[in-house]
Amino acid sequence: MKFLRQHTSLWLSLAVLLVMGLWPVITGNALQRETMFTVLRSVALASSLNILLGYTGYVSFGHVVFFGLGGYVGFYLISVRHWSLWTAMLAGGAAAGLLAYLVGSAILRLRGAYFALATIGVNEAVRAFINNFEPFGGPTGMTMNFKVYKAYGGAGAALELSFYILVALTLLVVLISYWVRTSKFGLGLLAIREDEDAAEIMGVVAPSAKTWAYVLSAIIPGMIGAVFFFKNGTIEPGLAFPLHTSIEMIVMIMLGGQGTVFGPILGAAGYEFLRDALLVSPLFKNMQLAISGVLLLIIVLFIPRGLVGWLRQRSAKVRRWLI
Amino acid sequence: MILQVQGVTKRFGGLQALSQVTFDLPQGQILGLIGPNGAGKTTLFNVIDGVYTPEEGRIIFDGKDVTGKKSYHLARMGLARTHQIVRPLNELSVRENVMVGACFGHANANLKEAAKVADEVLEFVGLASKAEQLAGSLNVAQKKRLEMARAIAAKPKLLLLDEVLAGLNPSEIANMVETVRAIRERGITIIMIEHVMSAIMNVSDRILVLDFGKLIAEGTPEEIASNEKVIQAYLGDPKLAERLMQGE
Repeated sequence: MKFLRQHTSLWLSLAVLLVMGLWPVITGNALQRETMFTVLRSVALASSLNILLGYTGYVSFGHVVFFGLGGYVGFYLISVRHWSLWTAMLAGGAAAGLLAYLVGSAILRLRGAYFALATIGVNEAVRAFINNFEPFGGPTGMTMNFKVYKAYGGAGAALELSFYILVALTLLVVLISYWVRTSKFGLGLLAIREDEDAAEIMGVVAPSAKTWAYVLSAIIPGMIGAVFFFKNGTIEPGLAFPLHTSIEMIVMIMLGGQGTVFGPILGAAGYEFLRDALLVSPLFKNMQLAISGVLLLIIVLFIPRGLVGWLRQRSAKVRRWLI
Repeated sequence: MILQVQGVTKRFGGLQALSQVTFDLPQGQILGLIGPNGAGKTTLFNVIDGVYTPEEGRIIFDGKDVTGKKSYHLARMGLARTHQIVRPLNELSVRENVMVGACFGHANANLKEAAKVADEVLEFVGLASKAEQLAGSLNVAQKKRLEMARAIAAKPKLLLLDEVLAGLNPSEIANMVETVRAIRERGITIIMIEHVMSAIMNVSDRILVLDFGKLIAEGTPEEIASNEKVIQAYLGDPKLAERLMQGE
């Protein structure tokens, strides 16, 4: 019982994810599985970015670069080098982590808006590079040979497999997020978020802590990119590095509550379901972006800490179990 | 010697913030650092704990040359400080604030130990009842105590206190002075910057006086209070100095 109480947020998060992950299996509805794929992808991306944005306080506007790079590396290894999905996925994650390490060591010296701008620059630079990189197909990208899917039991089975891998990766992200939030390393990150200079004076080695937070927040998006484009069957620069996906990730985190474990899950799921509902409603289908915008405005104005952050602010009791 | 400052000079553009400051600090003392506004007191703290690198001179802390080392290195080695303008980690609880000090400072505690140390230290500075509150919700006097608690939790060898008494009312000052003495009892060497003369004259073993970045006097509180240069530069009225010594 004590164990349950101590880790309420973790159980809550895992339970919500399991329900979302198992729902399509129970109903056996392939369409719902596709919807849930999109939702879980957002949950995983938002939770990853939250390690940097929510815990460390560094706003990255170009986080989708890791998703795209992992996607390209994975796609190339599977379709051209004939690697298996598993090793290609790990390679995609490693490539994203390596890029984060190299770029992070340089641009994490910047603070606030300067850092945010630099991350957009990194995304655009990588996109431009790949646009001109022939082995990756340049501006037209690459298409998966359908024979590749045979090894996974055909295209239909590959789609299903991709979904289960995504569920597993999402659970992994949440475990990492929870571990970071409740570890000594994470306490250092929170201190950096609140006041970096004061944190350094108290002994937090900010440069290395920030870099590792950045790397941690990049690896899983890289792996998800590899799975996503494996499932997608085609990749091109515009699909791999869409800036608006980065921005949506930030919106989801803000909705749910930055710097909490459960917030990004709630925010990402809420955002995706809302968008879904708006898109299929005959009344709102042409205004879904406008309504999302107004909603965001209201939230930023009235509950800037997001839903979970707002609840936590209410009382110390809530703070103890909801993180 | 816990700290040796040798010929330290720090310039900001054309401004000579510190020039050729030299002093030694033996273990276990309370050293007072006084001087008019802009004399370079806080700059000296910033040079000692690695926020600034001096242009000339050396800082030797606990037998090692630490000139140019980053502040987190110094924190690990056993230096801790409080800030003149308090810097609480607002969105973290009071306990978590103190845990940061215990985890990353000289104590190098793990989370479990840090939580224990934090509760102990919060009891010591009288903030135990606020442990669960967010640090941002404390008032100024409490935030100053929190700064102190964070610094003590690191189990430092040397503690730099930057105007911990400023902005406190007389009874809070009396409380804080007691706390400072109690910290020394724990074997921690202290340098404190202070403008509240009666307090610093009472609590210090030795006092340094800075003026325009230069060390103009050094001695026991009695010597400082009757030092001609100090009276001219800082204390003003010689009789005032005498009265301060009597603790009025």
